[in-house]
Amino acid sequence: MRETHSARVGLGTRIGRLPHVVGLGLLTLLLLAAVSFAFPPFLEVDNVKSLLDDTALLIMLAVGEMFVLLTRSVDLSVAANAALTGMVVALFNAAHPGAGMLPVIVIAIVMGAVLGAFNGILVWKLRIPSIVVTLGTLSAYRGLVYIVSGGAWVNSGQMSPMFLGLVRVPILGVSVLSWIGFLVAVAAFLFLRFSVSGRNLYAAGNNPNAAAYAGIDVGRMQFLAFVLSGAIAGLAGYLWVARFAVAYTDVASGFELQVIAACVIGGVSITGGVGGVVGVVLGGLFLGIIKNALPVVGISPFWQMAVSGLVITVAVVLNAGARRHEGRRILEESEAGA
Amino acid sequence: MSSVLPVATETAPRRNPAWRKLLRWEVLLALVVLADFLFNARISKYFLDPWTLSDASFNFTERAIVALPMALLIIAGEIDISVGSTMALCSVVMGEVAAAGHGTPLVVLTGIVIGFLAGCFNAVLVTFFRVPSIVATIGTLSLYRGIAYAIVGDGVLKAYKPNFAYFGQGYVVGPISFELVLFGGLAILFAVLLHGTIIGRRIFAIGANPIASRVAGIRVDQYKFWIFATLGLFAGLASVLLTSRLGSTRPSIAMGWELDIITMVILGGISIDGGQGSIMGVVLAALLIGLVTFGLSLLNVPGIVLSIVTGGLLIAVVALSSVLGYSGRRRSR
Repeated sequence: MRETHSARVGLGTRIGRLPHVVGLGLLTLLLLAAVSFAFPPFLEVDNVKSLLDDTALLIMLAVGEMFVLLTRSVDLSVAANAALTGMVVALFNAAHPGAGMLPVIVIAIVMGAVLGAFNGILVWKLRIPSIVVTLGTLSAYRGLVYIVSGGAWVNSGQMSPMFLGLVRVPILGVSVLSWIGFLVAVAAFLFLRFSVSGRNLYAAGNNPNAAAYAGIDVGRMQFLAFVLSGAIAGLAGYLWVARFAVAYTDVASGFELQVIAACVIGGVSITGGVGGVVGVVLGGLFLGIIKNALPVVGISPFWQMAVSGLVITVAVVLNAGARRHEGRRILEESEAGA
Repeated sequence: MSSVLPVATETAPRRNPAWRKLLRWEVLLALVVLADFLFNARISKYFLDPWTLSDASFNFTERAIVALPMALLIIAGEIDISVGSTMALCSVVMGEVAAAGHGTPLVVLTGIVIGFLAGCFNAVLVTFFRVPSIVATIGTLSLYRGIAYAIVGDGVLKAYKPNFAYFGQGYVVGPISFELVLFGGLAILFAVLLHGTIIGRRIFAIGANPIASRVAGIRVDQYKFWIFATLGLFAGLASVLLTSRLGSTRPSIAMGWELDIITMVILGGISIDGGQGSIMGVVLAALLIGLVTFGLSLLNVPGIVLSIVTGGLLIAVVALSSVLGYSGRRRSR
């Protein structure tokens, strides 16, 4: 036990000496190379496209989640938000197929943002811990999907061709869905790097007390993070429903955990203030490649969850090991508790 | 209720102590429980029948049994969201042991031991590898459920011996079920442990300030380890009860229960930041959730809609406490 432990830490610290994203990037490339070497069909165009489409949704949601995690909060309601928004736009489209796509996208983003704002206002104004708020809204939003739909499915036959087709339009060989994921990531990167609000998100999560002295309203930053996360989840809700051509109550059920896992693997700290878009994108790709590789490699569907669970567990342990030696533990904890 | 916001500092609005005592969290919960009890009795004339009440208890006892050690864990400042998956894993292994022709004692023992081991694994990740508990248990949530699916696939295990049914379907006296008696006994045990022993005091201390606790000579990691292990063991126990009640195992058993269980704990007034709460509150919250969901199902409200009520109840009650200025609920995370 002792020996395996020291070996683990050794690997962790070696990765830790490189910036986290470099290590993760290399690991992701290695994974991709290994899978495609052993199973060349993995790199077939159709498979790569489907990998990108799947991963685009995960990455978008993970970027939104990252905003929230940066401010020392957590949003467990993203998947339920996406399911609810996806259902509402699907119903809207079924009722008004002639309305075109602009209202659909506006409704998706605005409604997602409102659902996120509801979380945010409870965290900001009533100071309820975010995990409690979003645990509640996770159930509530999911239940609302059932209420608005009456438990019925909205099938592809009820959706307009434009509603279904938009995400599939290829631009430079890559679908619009993948492009949207890419653009969301780029926008988030620019926002966090160059805007005052973006920097304040880090400050609010890294050291809330210091941030307050510097004139940053920590609660407002949390609110902002929840609104952004919600807006992205709303957009992802439409994209999800369009990509899979069906809306029902259990859409993306339990997906919030994969979203958080992608963030953590990408180096976002659950205790706030640490993390970046590049890491999150790599974390999403890492999980996405594994998820898409398992069927190609021929692992039975029933084993896939166990394998991806194992990978997530090992990845978070390695992450924790990598960060362990940066300072004395007592300092680390006192900072986390500040 | 104007904008009286409880602030993180200690300068919360001072109130008359007697008034505060009256507004204790547990009292508030008890009133809501009572109100819902009366409401249920009004909407259905069958509700007050002892057997109906007994049926209602099955709505929460299994979750509540896991909620007791979960309360300890959250008070100690950690969380475990893998309990539902742990239950599935236990149930699947029990099913395999039963399918191999073994008798009920071994089946039950296996379930509890597997739960204990799953809890120990979580504990190792948190105390040894220093993975934040929410992250570690997100991993094991997929892992344990995944192993359950890997073992059974889309099959069903139901080779349980007839006497196995007692745990989830048996009655001790009249309409008082075995599950209810077990839960009552365990609740008293946990209340004494948490509020009457030095172990309990130390668990509060660990949650309130882990660093000061360590400096004061409390073996923080050891305590956390054993709480995780106990929680796993109780998830195993709950899995025995649930499997026995259903009489069969599918790998999707107890899906999403972790959220119900944590909701019970938080609704019971346990601070998610650790260091505060009482077992009495958890028991009342379990009763409340059980009664509310049972009452609504008497009205033929579908299960998924009940989740709105549970979620809404959690937010509403916690928001109410915040507006009323309970000092108990601190900010952050």
